[in-house]
Amino acid sequence: MSRIDVHKTYKLYIGGKFPRTESGRYYPLNDKKGNFIANMCLSSRKDFRNAVVIARKAQSSWAGATALNRGQILYRIAEMLEGRRVQFIAEIMKEGATKKEAETEVDASIDRLVYYAGWSDKYQQVFSAVNPVASSHFNFSNLEPMGVVAIMAPEEQGLLGLVSVVAPAIVGGNTVIILASETNPLSAISFAEVLNSSDVPGGVVNILTGNVNELHTHMASHMDVNAVIYCGKDENVISEINALASENLKRTILHKKSDWASNVCESPYFIEKTQEVKTTWHPTKV
Amino acid sequence: MSKDTSIFKASWTYADAPESTGHIQLKKRYELFIDGEFVKPVKGKYFDTVNPSNQNKIAAIAEASTEDVDKAVKAANKAFKGWSKLSGKERGKYIFRIARLIQERAREFSVIESLDGGKPIRESRDIDIPLVANHFFYYAGWADKLEYAFPNRKVKPVGVAGQIIPWNFPLLMAAWKIAPALATGNTVVLKPAETTPLTAMKLAEIIQESGLPKGVVNIVTGAGDTGAAIVNHPDIDKIVFTGSTNVGKYIQKAIAGTSKKLTLELGGKGANIIFEDAAIDQAVEGIVNAIFFNQGHVCCAGSRLFVQESVANIVIQKLKDRMETLIVGDPLDKNTDIGAINSSKQLKTIKDYIKIGLNEGCEIYQPDCDLPKKGNWCAPTLFLNVSQSHRIVQEEIFGPVLTIQTFRTVDEVIEKANNSPYGLSAGVWTQKGSKIFNLTQKLNAGVVWANTYNKFDPTSPFGGYKESGFGREGGLHGLKGYVKFED
Repeated sequence: MSRIDVHKTYKLYIGGKFPRTESGRYYPLNDKKGNFIANMCLSSRKDFRNAVVIARKAQSSWAGATALNRGQILYRIAEMLEGRRVQFIAEIMKEGATKKEAETEVDASIDRLVYYAGWSDKYQQVFSAVNPVASSHFNFSNLEPMGVVAIMAPEEQGLLGLVSVVAPAIVGGNTVIILASETNPLSAISFAEVLNSSDVPGGVVNILTGNVNELHTHMASHMDVNAVIYCGKDENVISEINALASENLKRTILHKKSDWASNVCESPYFIEKTQEVKTTWHPTKV
Repeated sequence: MSKDTSIFKASWTYADAPESTGHIQLKKRYELFIDGEFVKPVKGKYFDTVNPSNQNKIAAIAEASTEDVDKAVKAANKAFKGWSKLSGKERGKYIFRIARLIQERAREFSVIESLDGGKPIRESRDIDIPLVANHFFYYAGWADKLEYAFPNRKVKPVGVAGQIIPWNFPLLMAAWKIAPALATGNTVVLKPAETTPLTAMKLAEIIQESGLPKGVVNIVTGAGDTGAAIVNHPDIDKIVFTGSTNVGKYIQKAIAGTSKKLTLELGGKGANIIFEDAAIDQAVEGIVNAIFFNQGHVCCAGSRLFVQESVANIVIQKLKDRMETLIVGDPLDKNTDIGAINSSKQLKTIKDYIKIGLNEGCEIYQPDCDLPKKGNWCAPTLFLNVSQSHRIVQEEIFGPVLTIQTFRTVDEVIEKANNSPYGLSAGVWTQKGSKIFNLTQKLNAGVVWANTYNKFDPTSPFGGYKESGFGREGGLHGLKGYVKFED
């Protein structure tokens, strides 16, 4: 008698917990042959809003953690992902990738986390400045996180795409709410399990699954979100995001790339994109 | 008025010391500066620019229509090819030339700035115009060094920059916009504010004198419609705007479906925080400078004062005493501390806010000062007994009006200071170093002054968090808005 598989239930990841969507809605995910893989939560506006409240609460202490500490935590994520490498490869293959493609994507994701872990205590030195003002003041400019960042992950490369936009945002002290790829969502939620066992404080990374066309207007218009990142090429969506972002002058960041494995998809400029520049003055005359 | 201060005031009477206007050259009418020439507006319309201290007309100014803006954009586009290909060294030399020419005519610029905009000559002479020249000097030097500004990246210019500037620092804002745009190889269509176009038109004359290639800088005068024509022009690649948050939001929305890049420097409601361990007399000077500098027409003004409860009485008394000595009057008088309100429209806005404050039940204080009969004037004003929810605490007034609140603890004042949709500037006054850094790190503002306020420098990046806008102007960081990375 053949054994009955135990199917995994994929839930959301909000505030370090795994709730179902408050809406009770779901969408079925099938493989390329049309075989059922899993039911995914179809997140609602309310799920997103709840996640923003939690991300906001978590933001100041995460930004207040030392750069060293944030780097160690990112490295820990990489370690945990390496430990579950086989599981992630299998999951990505379920979604239709070849074994080689899946291996490449998981390895690149791990390496990318290590890459940004290393940047945690260096990007500030690259992008800050001491400004030689023509008066008796000491003046310097340094980076601070924008705050709460809402991210619509790339549709392709469900794991690598997500890691490539989340890692630079959080290493710089932001907290994020990320809408995972609708068609490749499995590894996003499994990645939440990795995060949950990697010393990442609850609320720093919040992961939703669902439909970008349903949620992008809410992500762009929320008044307590500081920046919105959209990965994709839909010009109508981009235009709507930009227009709605103006309600509280949200910073909008667009990524139109389709291959996140490329080397140009990792650089400290990705960290800088979700940073503000603060300039501080103090007199030097006593 | 207390007995003490009346004695104080009697001994502080100054004789008139007006700056001469004999050496300035002004035309009766100013045209548009397009493609290196001064040209009449297509529709032949002009508007007046007036002296806000006496309402007298100074000159007629061309009103640029959509057609004029289109001509300017075409000229800028045509010039872009050559200008962006020119070596950084040569570009830089043109910008150096402009800086020198401004220095040579600094006094003339200062007087015109005060005539047209109403700011005290002391400020235009000692602050605005020197900063203008220095800004061009600073960015001139960057033109051939851009590869050092962006590690591991090659950059190229964005294209044609449409720049819309405000009336509070007319020439300084023009410098902030033009200098970095030219250094990075862009060409420019600039629109000065309708109440203060004169120094920008004088700058156009200097640009012509400098031999800068035609069309690299175009200056079109007009009001909101001219600005909208720039924002909506399809061949502009970058919009840079300094002004109100409402207009900033409108611009972000208007260009949403386009590939235009955007930098916004918008409103503010700066928190200025005085701790009990501050050097109180210095702090009082700092409060005055934070709110009354340039009649309070400053986006980063310290318009929300927070004083620690234990020293509130003494700080407020000293502040009132100091306000008694402020001289409000002729912008061209070298003794003037507070000049004319820039326009009758702005004066009405300020007066409306003062009414709102009174209707909200706040306690007002204004020193006993003689305001001239003619022109736009507003006495320096304090509001006491205010709370976070009052409109005069939440909204930008853009005039010499200060709200005062007290606090007890560090956490309390950080929360109150950050409780604003704006995030441009903040000030902290304390003699304790750890407290300074604690506060400067936690205040959500793009510029934080500790034991000083309202200081500016070409090397120092300026710009806001939250609804005060995005992007930085000044310093190395100010280059970023004008470049694209080469892949």
